[in-house]
Amino acid sequence: MTAVLAVAEHRRGELRDVSYELIVAGRQLADALGGELHLAIISGTVDKFAEKLTREGVDTIHTVDEGEEFNHNVYSQTVTQLYDELAPQYVLVPNSVNGLDYAPAIANRLGLPIVTDAIGLDTDGKTLTATREMYGGKVETTIETAGNAVVTIRSGEWPAAEGTGDATIEAFEPAIDENQQGSTVAGFEEVGNGDVDISDADVLVSVGRGIEEEENLDLIHDLADALGATVSSSRPIVDNGWLPKNRQVGQSGKVVTPDIYIAIGISGAVQHVAGMKGSETIVAINTDPNAPIMDIADYAIVDDLFDVVPALIEEF
Amino acid sequence: MKILVMVKEVATVDDEFEIEGTAIAERYLGADLNEWDDYAIEEAVQLADEEIADEVVTVTIGPEDCEQTIRQALAKGADRAVRIWDDALDDIDLLDVGVKTALLRAVVAEEEPDLILSGVQAGDDSFGATGVSLAESIGYEWGAVVNHLDHDLDDGIASVRRELEGGVEELTDIELPAVLTIQTGLNEPRYASLRGIRQAQRKTLDVRGLDDLGIDEDAIAGDLAVRAMYEPESESDATVWEGRSEETASALGELLRDSGVAQ
Repeated sequence: MTAVLAVAEHRRGELRDVSYELIVAGRQLADALGGELHLAIISGTVDKFAEKLTREGVDTIHTVDEGEEFNHNVYSQTVTQLYDELAPQYVLVPNSVNGLDYAPAIANRLGLPIVTDAIGLDTDGKTLTATREMYGGKVETTIETAGNAVVTIRSGEWPAAEGTGDATIEAFEPAIDENQQGSTVAGFEEVGNGDVDISDADVLVSVGRGIEEEENLDLIHDLADALGATVSSSRPIVDNGWLPKNRQVGQSGKVVTPDIYIAIGISGAVQHVAGMKGSETIVAINTDPNAPIMDIADYAIVDDLFDVVPALIEEF
Repeated sequence: MKILVMVKEVATVDDEFEIEGTAIAERYLGADLNEWDDYAIEEAVQLADEEIADEVVTVTIGPEDCEQTIRQALAKGADRAVRIWDDALDDIDLLDVGVKTALLRAVVAEEEPDLILSGVQAGDDSFGATGVSLAESIGYEWGAVVNHLDHDLDDGIASVRRELEGGVEELTDIELPAVLTIQTGLNEPRYASLRGIRQAQRKTLDVRGLDDLGIDEDAIAGDLAVRAMYEPESESDATVWEGRSEETASALGELLRDSGVAQ
């Protein structure tokens, strides 16, 4: 019995780490159901990918040699057909930009409920219990759904599968309806390079929404000058056009690992934390003692940045 | 070209709050236009300003309380609004993606837009799935997490950039009609002008119930239930410096000097 079908993710010739995390999340659910974990790897060099995905806990890998890169039309048609053939209870997909580009479509097509961005999963055989955040991480909720479901999982919440397993590798040939291919990928572009590479900096002074106004950024530049540090930021500052894209730390920006990361007026949304949690020492300056940034900070000042930062500049 | 913009009023939470049952106590909640939707509205209004769009209609699922938020979208330049609500929806604590899809699909069938824009996600429950689910359900094409849209839509193709992880953008051509979910930073959302705010009061805001939309009550039963809500345990083991700003800044200054900064 196929208990869980998990769909691996790759981009430009590389498997993405969340694929290995899917195996662990999927195996846990499959064990609870007493069934098999199947993986699907769709498009690209599927045989090479399948070899890498043969880790402990995987029963079968379905390779789908169809195109090179992600295309949501191909993915949604393929996963729907695999679901019809394998009849799994749960379909697991990464909660990535591409995962969210097809998981809701397969849920709708299959008439299944969808739970996105799960950070914990359990099942009693019939009812799926998922843990998710709400209000930007201020609270967690436990959500239940009876019966089959499509679930997307947040990256970094499950460990990566290790070891070498003995999964059966089978080619699956979906019937792709070309009339349903209304979306074509024309290419990729790396963005956010330019004058400065913040991932090279030893000390980052990083600014977030708490700075309130563009003209207040001078304060941050003054601090960086005093410390001989580089200025970086969270997403809203770049969205507002106050700093260029190459200064953005986070999931859609740069991953940084400086010796010292000073987060000023940054609440620490999960997308931001993904880009800076590897920093050696993290200092947070924030008025909210419950802000998520406090969870990963080594040192914290719970105070108004407009009082602390000028005083800190005075120190140097 | 007609554009439908999905607009949601989201709940905002004070820094300090309490949970009652499976929800945050009302007195700690505020309401605001969903941040992502603000960018979707702006993009639609820009397309209207450039005379590429003839009409911009907003659609919102929500009770009467959220009309103030809908008027914000109208004040920014949307032409008229549709609000979906029904007494039958009052008692549902979580409108799941399937239910929202069923409700929105009925409005799409009436409006027949060429382009539908929604935010990538809502700032409160952050499912990030309704736009793509709706697209599949109505047979439209779609693109999720769009951070650039070419305004040259003449040949029935929307050329977009999708913002992938790690500073990579995917350049994609999407056939219209389509649903695009809009990422923040795509444009610079305008503030409503005083004139816009005055005009918004006179714009049409239709309210549609289940009967009006021909939706059966079974279709809104929903598959998800919230069983618990709690504050995550703080994992913080940070050294917290307290006191006057001069004192805390001095402690941080010492740490930085000890670490060899600015030496």
